[in-house]
Amino acid sequence: MTSTLISSPHVPRVNRVDRVMLQVLLALMPGVLAMIWFFGWGVLVNVILAVGFAVLAEALVLLLRRRPVLPALGDLSAVVTAVLFAISIPPTLPWWMTLLGMLFAIVLVKQLYGGLGYNPFNPAMAAYVFLLVSYPVAMTNWLAPELLSGIDLSFSDSLAMILHQVLPAGVDWDAVTAATPLDEMRTQLDEQLTIAEIRDQSALWGVFGGRGWEWISAAFLLGGLYLLWRRTITWHIPVSMLAGLLSLATLFWLIDPQTHPFPAFHLFSGAAILGAFFIATDPVTATTTRRGQLIYGACIGATVFVIRTWGGYPDAVAFAVLLMNIAAPTIDYYTQPRVFGHGRERAR
Amino acid sequence: MAKEQGYLSLVTEGLWHNNQALVALLGLCPLLATTTSATNGLGMGLATTAVLVLSNVTISLIRNLVRPEVRLPVFVLVIASFVTAVELTIQAHFYELYLVLGLFIPLIVTNCAIIGRAEAFASKNRVDRALVDGLAMGAGFTLVLMALGALRELAGQGTLFYQAHLLLGEAARGLTMTLGDDFQGALIAILPPGAFIGLGLLIALKNLVDKWLSQAAKRRASAAASNAEPSLS
Repeated sequence: MTSTLISSPHVPRVNRVDRVMLQVLLALMPGVLAMIWFFGWGVLVNVILAVGFAVLAEALVLLLRRRPVLPALGDLSAVVTAVLFAISIPPTLPWWMTLLGMLFAIVLVKQLYGGLGYNPFNPAMAAYVFLLVSYPVAMTNWLAPELLSGIDLSFSDSLAMILHQVLPAGVDWDAVTAATPLDEMRTQLDEQLTIAEIRDQSALWGVFGGRGWEWISAAFLLGGLYLLWRRTITWHIPVSMLAGLLSLATLFWLIDPQTHPFPAFHLFSGAAILGAFFIATDPVTATTTRRGQLIYGACIGATVFVIRTWGGYPDAVAFAVLLMNIAAPTIDYYTQPRVFGHGRERAR
Repeated sequence: MAKEQGYLSLVTEGLWHNNQALVALLGLCPLLATTTSATNGLGMGLATTAVLVLSNVTISLIRNLVRPEVRLPVFVLVIASFVTAVELTIQAHFYELYLVLGLFIPLIVTNCAIIGRAEAFASKNRVDRALVDGLAMGAGFTLVLMALGALRELAGQGTLFYQAHLLLGEAARGLTMTLGDDFQGALIAILPPGAFIGLGLLIALKNLVDKWLSQAAKRRASAAASNAEPSLS
C-alpha cells in the first residue's frame, strides 16, 4: 500500500464558525446585489436594519444570560440570520416588523434554546413565518421589479417608505407593488386559466422564471456554487432538495402542462435556489449524516412543491425547511453510519 | 398522610406551588384552545372551577362508599354530571359566551386536572379540605387561563377584556380596554402557536419568580446567620 508523502509544515484547514459565516456572507453578495438592482434600495435598508436589530438583540440576551458577549457576536451567526431574513421579506416592510422578526429569531428561536448550535429551528425562517402568519398583508406586499414599474425609488424614498410608510409624491402603492410570480401563478391558476394564457397576459414572466426573479435566483446559484467550491457546504442537501422539487414538478408538468408550470419556473421564481444553498444547509438545524442529508433535502424539495401546488401559500421554502427541521433529529437517528467493525451480523 | 396540611398551605399549593396549569401541566387542551381572549379564559376558568369544587366535594363525601376497583368510573360519572349541569347553566344564562366556548365546555369532563384532584386529593380527604383544595386549584387554573388569555389578546388584537359584558353583565363594558385603533396586533398570538408560545413564557416567568424567591430566602438565611454569629463569639 502506498501513500502520498506530504512534507511539513502540516497546516490544518482553519474551520472556525466566523470563517464559515464570513464565507456565507460573501456568497450571499451576488444575490443581494441583484436584489438591490431589481428591487431598489429598500433591500439594502432592510439588511442594515435587520443586522443592527439582530446584533442588539443577541447582545441583550447574552447580557441577561451572563455570557460573554463579544465572542458570540464575533461569530457572525446573528449577522447571517439577519441577512437571510432581510432578503426574504418585502423590500418596503415597516421597520418595526423587522424589529419584531429579529427579536423573535434571536431571542425566542435561537437564544432561549441555548444559542448557536442548540436551536432546533432555523431562526431566519422561523422569524419569516412568524411575520407571514401575523401580518399576511404587509408580508405579501412585494415591490414590482424596477424594470416593470419603471419607477426608480431613491435611497431616501425607500428609507421613508420603511420608516414612515410614506410614498414619494405622485406614486401610489398600486404603481410600485406587484404580485410575486408564484403568487400570480397561483391566483390565475385558481381562476381556471391555462399556463399559456397566464404567460400571454402578464408582464411578470421572464425567460425561464419570473421577470427579475430569475436573475436574482441565478445570482444566488452563483453564490451557492462558490460555497460548494470552498467546501463550506457539501452537495448533498442542495442537490437533493432541487432534485426533489424538480422531479415532482417535471412529473406533474408532463402529466398536464397547462395547469402545472414549466419545471424551471419552480426553480427560478421563488426562494428555491436561495433555500437550497443557504437556508436548508444551515449546519445547526439540518441533518448531519450524508444519507440523512439526501433524505432531508429531498423531503424539503417535495414539500415545497406540494405546498406551492396545493397549499395555502404561494411559496413554501420557509415552511418546508421548518417542517423538516423537526424531522432532522429522527432522520439522523435512523441514518447513522455503521461504525467500522460493528454491525453486519446478519450478513455473516 | 403523616401530617395534615393546613388550609393556608392548601391554598398556596393550588395557586402557586402545585398550580395545575403551570406546574402539573394538566388540562392543557382547554387551556390552549380557549384562551384567545381574557374573557374567554375567565369564563372557561370559572366553569372549570365550578366543576372542580362540586366534584371534589361529592367525591370526598362518597369516598368511603366507593370500592377502589370501580372508583375511576364513579369519578368520571360524577364529573360528567356536573359538567352537564354547568353547561346547561351557561347555555341558559350566558348564551353568547356559550357560543364562543362551545365545544370546550363538554370537554371539561376530560380535563385531567379535575380527575387528578379527585383521585389524588378528594378521595383521601375530608369534605372541608376537599372544598378548599377545589377552590384553590380552580382559582390557580382560572388565573393562568386569564393571564394567558390577556397576553394573547393584547399581543394579538391590542385589546383587553373585549366582550367582557358577555360574562360579567352590562356593567363590565367599561372593563374593556384597547391599545388604540392603529395598533397592529400579531395575529399569531391568537392562533394556536401563540397559545404554546404564551404558555411557555408564563411557565418560564413562574420559574424565574421561584428562583428569585429562593435566592431571597437564601440571602435572608445567611444574613440571619451572620447576625447571629457575633453574639456567639
